[in-house]
Amino acid sequence: MATLLFAEHDDASLNPVTARALTAALALGAPVHVLVAGANARPAAEAAAKLAGVAEVLLADDAAYAHRLAEPVAALGVSLAKDYGALVAPSTAFGKSVLPRVAALIDVMQVSDVIAVVSPDTFDRPIYAGNAIQRVRATDATKVLTIRTASFTAAGEGNAAPIRTLGAVEGAAGSSFLGEEIAASARPDLSAARIIVSGGRALGSAEQFHAIVEPLADELGAAVGASRAAVDAGYAPNDWQVGQTGKVVAPDLYVALGISGAIQHLAGMKDSKVIVAVNKDEDAPIFQVADYGLVGDLFEIVPQLKAEIAKAKA
Amino acid sequence: MKILVPVKRVVDYNVKIRVKADGSGVELTNIKMSMNPFDEIAVEEALRLKEAGKATEVVAVSIGPVKTDETIRTALAMGADRGIWVKTEEAGIEPLTVAKLLKAIVASEGPSLVILGKQAIDDDCNQTGQMLAALLGWPQATFASKVVVGDGTVDVTREIDGGLQTLRLALPAVLTTDLRLNEPRYASLPNIMKAKKKPIEEKSAAELGVDLAPRLEILATTEPAGRTGGIKVASAAELVGHLKQAGVL
Ligand SMILES: Cc1cc2nc3c(=O)[nH]c(=O)nc-3n(C[C@@H](O)[C@H](O)[C@H](O)COP(=O)(O)OP(=O)(O)OC[C@H]3O[C@@H](n4cnc5c(N)ncnc54)[C@H](O)[C@@H]3O)c2cc1C
Ligand SMILES: Cc1cc2nc3c(=O)[nH]c(=O)nc-3n(C[C@H](O)[C@H](O)[C@H](O)COP(=O)(O)OP(=O)(O)OC[C@H]3O[C@@H](n4cnc5c(N)ncnc54)[C@H](O)[C@@H]3O)c2cc1C
Repeated sequence: MATLLFAEHDDASLNPVTARALTAALALGAPVHVLVAGANARPAAEAAAKLAGVAEVLLADDAAYAHRLAEPVAALGVSLAKDYGALVAPSTAFGKSVLPRVAALIDVMQVSDVIAVVSPDTFDRPIYAGNAIQRVRATDATKVLTIRTASFTAAGEGNAAPIRTLGAVEGAAGSSFLGEEIAASARPDLSAARIIVSGGRALGSAEQFHAIVEPLADELGAAVGASRAAVDAGYAPNDWQVGQTGKVVAPDLYVALGISGAIQHLAGMKDSKVIVAVNKDEDAPIFQVADYGLVGDLFEIVPQLKAEIAKAKA
Repeated sequence: MKILVPVKRVVDYNVKIRVKADGSGVELTNIKMSMNPFDEIAVEEALRLKEAGKATEVVAVSIGPVKTDETIRTALAMGADRGIWVKTEEAGIEPLTVAKLLKAIVASEGPSLVILGKQAIDDDCNQTGQMLAALLGWPQATFASKVVVGDGTVDVTREIDGGLQTLRLALPAVLTTDLRLNEPRYASLPNIMKAKKKPIEEKSAAELGVDLAPRLEILATTEPAGRTGGIKVASAAELVGHLKQAGVL
């Protein structure tokens, strides 16, 4: 039986984490269909059809799926589930909200945050903030999986899969959309960025975070991240939080500025290829995972670093 | 309006856990246990709704083996009115099963709101609230950072990828808490004393009609690939030299 992958998208475009989750879905060994649920979501469906390995795209384009609220999208997922051996979604806010709902309605225990597909029924997943890895076999006939996308490379492009349109299904009501504050940003998406520059409590204020962390990120063409302490203090928006309870990332380069390296933060970034830490405390735990550590005052070092990078690029 | 708050007993967030050498799990003997931090936030939110006159009673429920009542006591010491303990032989009841047990408790208690943590910091599943909402056929709002109870509705601001989203749910509904919803209070000594007299009702999974058999078979628990510290560099220029060499710029 085929695998159904729930696409992460905003109607107009496909989020790059979808291509990473696709790699995990393909590893199950069955044909993969991608479900694009939204309103005016054809552009996202067309982008999904280009991904290598996709057998078919299912487009459920209806006002009912605007903003992809959990209740209607889960009802759609349940209506399709009987034709699939596995239901898969990236571990995004959307995937985490919808997939457990589907799983419960088809009486399946979900496997959350898969980091490796060992076989079609056996998966590795992190527990205790990534301090242990559990290998689990899912005994339910249908597998329901959310995928930690930082652990998978993106599938390529160069496909032209057929797009089949679906009608809306009657869904559980009870929730309605009131509004959204999504910051438009020219920077790359945190969960797909090649380079991430993150700031911690040491930045001291939103103004300094803006004046110190962001210019370095822009010089590097990087996404910006933050520790929980920086987010709680209002220096950075909540969706920049990296860690056990924020976003889990694995870029080629992760630069931690004034971040101590608490286990909850490390859980979100320790699989980065190269880690750089700037911290004035030479015993800060972040140095235990950093490939390159620079001990000193970030307010002095970061502008120098930015200048050196500009020089190196010239 | 009654609020039900499921609270889970987990390894304290400050503890660095150790994986057992034989791969059978994580060392849990003599380890400090606490209420899951997201559940403290859930209890706090319920108490604030009660203090604001929006709720009349806060009931804390936990599912687990001996000593799970300590976690319920913590909720009572924070200010919850009473507790329910679904006593099991073992820890580690799967979210789907927890959701089924909670559904049965919702049926007898009739709350208008169930507030859970968005994830438990031991197994990091991030499932239980959504599963409960699905089984009840109730609307859900996960990752709540602001909760405003209206007349038969609740407006919830959620932390989503890219920013914030606000939903209106018809009551009854299920919410899960995110970090920025509130800062939980500490239980005061008098309240800890008072909590000792508050009732905790014990129930069994059998009387709730739920089968506890797990659906996931844990084959092995292992240490993640380790990462060792690298080198300290003396200047920004030296650092950039290394990064160029590593090919990451
Ligand atoms: C010591 C230990 C042994 C384990 N052994 C096994 C095993 O033998 N077999 C197996 O299949 N799995 C086992 N597991 C994994 C199993 O525990 C579940 O996956 C896990 O308990 C539930 O996931 P979660 O708490 O991360 O759920 P989440 O969905 O992350 O929890 C979210 C919220 O749900 C509520 N909640 C969750 N659980 C409870 C509860 N018990 N009481 C009250 N509220 C709750 C809380 O509000 C919590 O914040 C074990 C785990 C541990 C810690
Ligand atoms: C349930 C729960 C979930 C959590 N989830 C997360 C999560 O997802 N992500 C996360 O990040 N945290 C999380 N935390 C919080 C975590 O435990 C830490 O509190 C947090 O990561 C600390 O942030 P920080 O490193 O910025 O601050 P601090 O620990 O205060 O570190 C600041 C660092 O800056 C250094 N410093 C100060 N001034 C300078 C200067 N001028 N120049 C250079 N260095 C300087 C200091 O030496 C220090 O090491 C969670 C906690 C809990 C309880």
